[in-house]
Amino acid sequence: MNFAWFVLPFSLGLFLLFILVIFKISFWVRQLPLRDRLLLNRGIFSFKIFKVIKEVIMESLLHRRIFKINPVLGFMHMSFAFGWFMLILVGNMESRLYAGTELNLPYYAIFFKYFVHQPLTIPFAEGFTFIMDFFLVLVLSGLLIALSKRIYSRVVGMKRTTKLKPFDVFAMLSLWFIFPFRLLAESMAAGMYHTGGFLTQPLGNFFAGFLPLGPLSYAMWWAYSIALGVFFVSLPYSRYMHIPTEIVLIAFRHFGIRRTKEYDMFKDVEVFSCSRCGICIDKCQLNTMAQVNTIQSAYFIKSIRKKNQQEAVVQNCLVCGRCQEFCPVGIKTDDLRLSQRMIFENREIADFHYLPQDVPVKTDILYFAGCMTHLTPSIKKAMLNILNSSGISYRFMDEDGSICCGRPLMLSGNNKDALKLMQTNKDIIRSSEAHTLVTSCPICLRVFREDYNLNINVVHHTQFIESMIAEGKISLENSGAKISYHDPCELGRGLGIYDEPRNVLSQTGVLLKNSLERKSSLCCGGSIANNQNYNLNKDKISQQVVAHLSAKEPDMIATACPLCKKSLVKYADIRVADIAELVSEQMVSNKADASRAEKKFNVESVEA
Amino acid sequence: MVDFGYKIQADRQINLDITNKALANFVKKHENSFNTCIGCGTCTATCSTAKFTDFNFRRLQLFIRRGETANVKAEIAKCMLCGKCQLACPRGVNTRNVIMMIKKGLEAHV
Ligand code: SF4
Ligand code: SF4
Ligand code: SF4
Ligand code: SF4
Repeated sequence: MNFAWFVLPFSLGLFLLFILVIFKISFWVRQLPLRDRLLLNRGIFSFKIFKVIKEVIMESLLHRRIFKINPVLGFMHMSFAFGWFMLILVGNMESRLYAGTELNLPYYAIFFKYFVHQPLTIPFAEGFTFIMDFFLVLVLSGLLIALSKRIYSRVVGMKRTTKLKPFDVFAMLSLWFIFPFRLLAESMAAGMYHTGGFLTQPLGNFFAGFLPLGPLSYAMWWAYSIALGVFFVSLPYSRYMHIPTEIVLIAFRHFGIRRTKEYDMFKDVEVFSCSRCGICIDKCQLNTMAQVNTIQSAYFIKSIRKKNQQEAVVQNCLVCGRCQEFCPVGIKTDDLRLSQRMIFENREIADFHYLPQDVPVKTDILYFAGCMTHLTPSIKKAMLNILNSSGISYRFMDEDGSICCGRPLMLSGNNKDALKLMQTNKDIIRSSEAHTLVTSCPICLRVFREDYNLNINVVHHTQFIESMIAEGKISLENSGAKISYHDPCELGRGLGIYDEPRNVLSQTGVLLKNSLERKSSLCCGGSIANNQNYNLNKDKISQQVVAHLSAKEPDMIATACPLCKKSLVKYADIRVADIAELVSEQMVSNKADASRAEKKFNVESVEA
Repeated sequence: MVDFGYKIQADRQINLDITNKALANFVKKHENSFNTCIGCGTCTATCSTAKFTDFNFRRLQLFIRRGETANVKAEIAKCMLCGKCQLACPRGVNTRNVIMMIKKGLEAHV
């Protein structure tokens, strides 16, 4: 039996790691509702498991999504994960082939070069030695990038990297020390016995020239084992817990485990899956434009994990979804944020009994302007003009003032009270028997679609206008004006409506390209989801967004949300208009009416 | 009492030195833009809730400042938190947060 005392730190660490991870995973599974546990059981024994394995390889090992966002950072994560995984895999194959048995203790493969000195007699021996050295180089190159990232984060194209607490640094250093120690231990062994590959052999020979390799290499094996042991024990308590947890998360997603609005087990798994890679930090405009740098998802998620959520952090977020869009783990950071707000804000106070219990007129198409559209009458007027001149029959649901859709309450974390408003609106919509609900406000649109369960067609006015154009109900004249389009968060990232506004706009004018659009578009700053330092942050952000949108010197800025319009108009030197306004102005029939009116006026003035 | 068709109003004097300003102070502490309100009533003019009922945010903030908090809970319950007032306010009062802080303060102080 091969044994040396230095294998103990490694073996103990691995044993503890195993116990702790199993304990945590079984906790998550036990806390799931029965229905989800059944889904999990069924999923594991279905073909879905192959999808899980594929995604684990692509994301947990190769880190494809990080590559897409930032190649250097992707390489760093990939070299650690994939390089180390291959070292373990190939090392195990090598040692098992050599020993001719499956029954090795885990440490045998790890410290193989200590136990076996003579050149290998297994098939492809040279190949194995080469591969092992190759992956060690890969991991070490990743380590070098990680080191430079810590010193100067712009190396990997990040303005800021995640700020770490002492324990995180401790866990990180234990990880970083593993590979240099491994390199030293293996090279020294190679130097002593003239084995090793393209990296370890020359290095070993070099050391042999001036160092007492015997005792030194023994010390290095100890150091290597201790670094591994320390890393394993700190893993469950550090951010590296994301490594095993991400596999659970991927499985949960593929097996269709339900998400709720509350902080549930799915969200807990998401929290532990965050690697604190810091990609979200640079994406957050509160950081880049308003110098608020303690609330970003990386920190917010950590505070949940440490169970010391601060209300000010939980509430200080635009819920703009930018960080979520770029999170390589696919954590739903917006839902997470709202679930935490519910903990602080879900008090039941509201009483909406004063709301009218109208019996609505039956109609096919309902138009809901929403509170914010009532506050921007030009949008409302434009929409009514479009609807009236297209000749369709519709009913203006909130003509006499809106009953709020409920999303503002929901965004503040008060779901219980929001449900009361939603029920009132739902009753009105249901009893109108409409098959289509058109809204001008993306905030209302989102809650109508996601939370009302209406089972009717719910569309934004840009979508409705596009279909009216397609059906020939209205036609537009292109004014040739250069237009810069601002994607509203709730409409774009929230609901994936990117093309319809663009299609309509390109018929009213010339749509300019913009370097931050669609998924990476900016938040106007006016989000009603943020109540902390609202005016201060809002103005700083709106100002910079206007500057960005004006960069190509457009004639006007167009958007598709009354709240975005309100935020941007404050700082714009050029016109800011909702798409509905532009459509209303460029409608051909409208133009005809206008010129007829003009002619009539001329005639009259001549007569006079 | 005989109903003469009119009555004597209850005493409306408020001694500002002894009124309970705990709620007002709580709101001011957690949302200091509350201090900048000039009671202009723009918020109430645009208020979604005020379309359907006599809810009046301008009056409410005055009651809170004066320490007349008896009706605050029933009144604040009517707000839909839609945010129109915030966009309309000429003084930059973060009214939505004021409303949330009133709700929170009610739990602790009344
Ligand atoms: S939330 Fe996502 S992007 Fe942000 S640190 Fe965590 S894993 Fe990275
Ligand atoms: S949702 Fe927006 S404001 Fe909130 S943390 Fe993410 S990027 Fe920042
Ligand atoms: S609009 Fe603003 S300043 Fe005027 S009463 Fe309302 S909160 Fe006060
Ligand atoms: S948030 Fe409340 S007080 Fe303000 S306008 Fe809306 S309903 Fe009125």
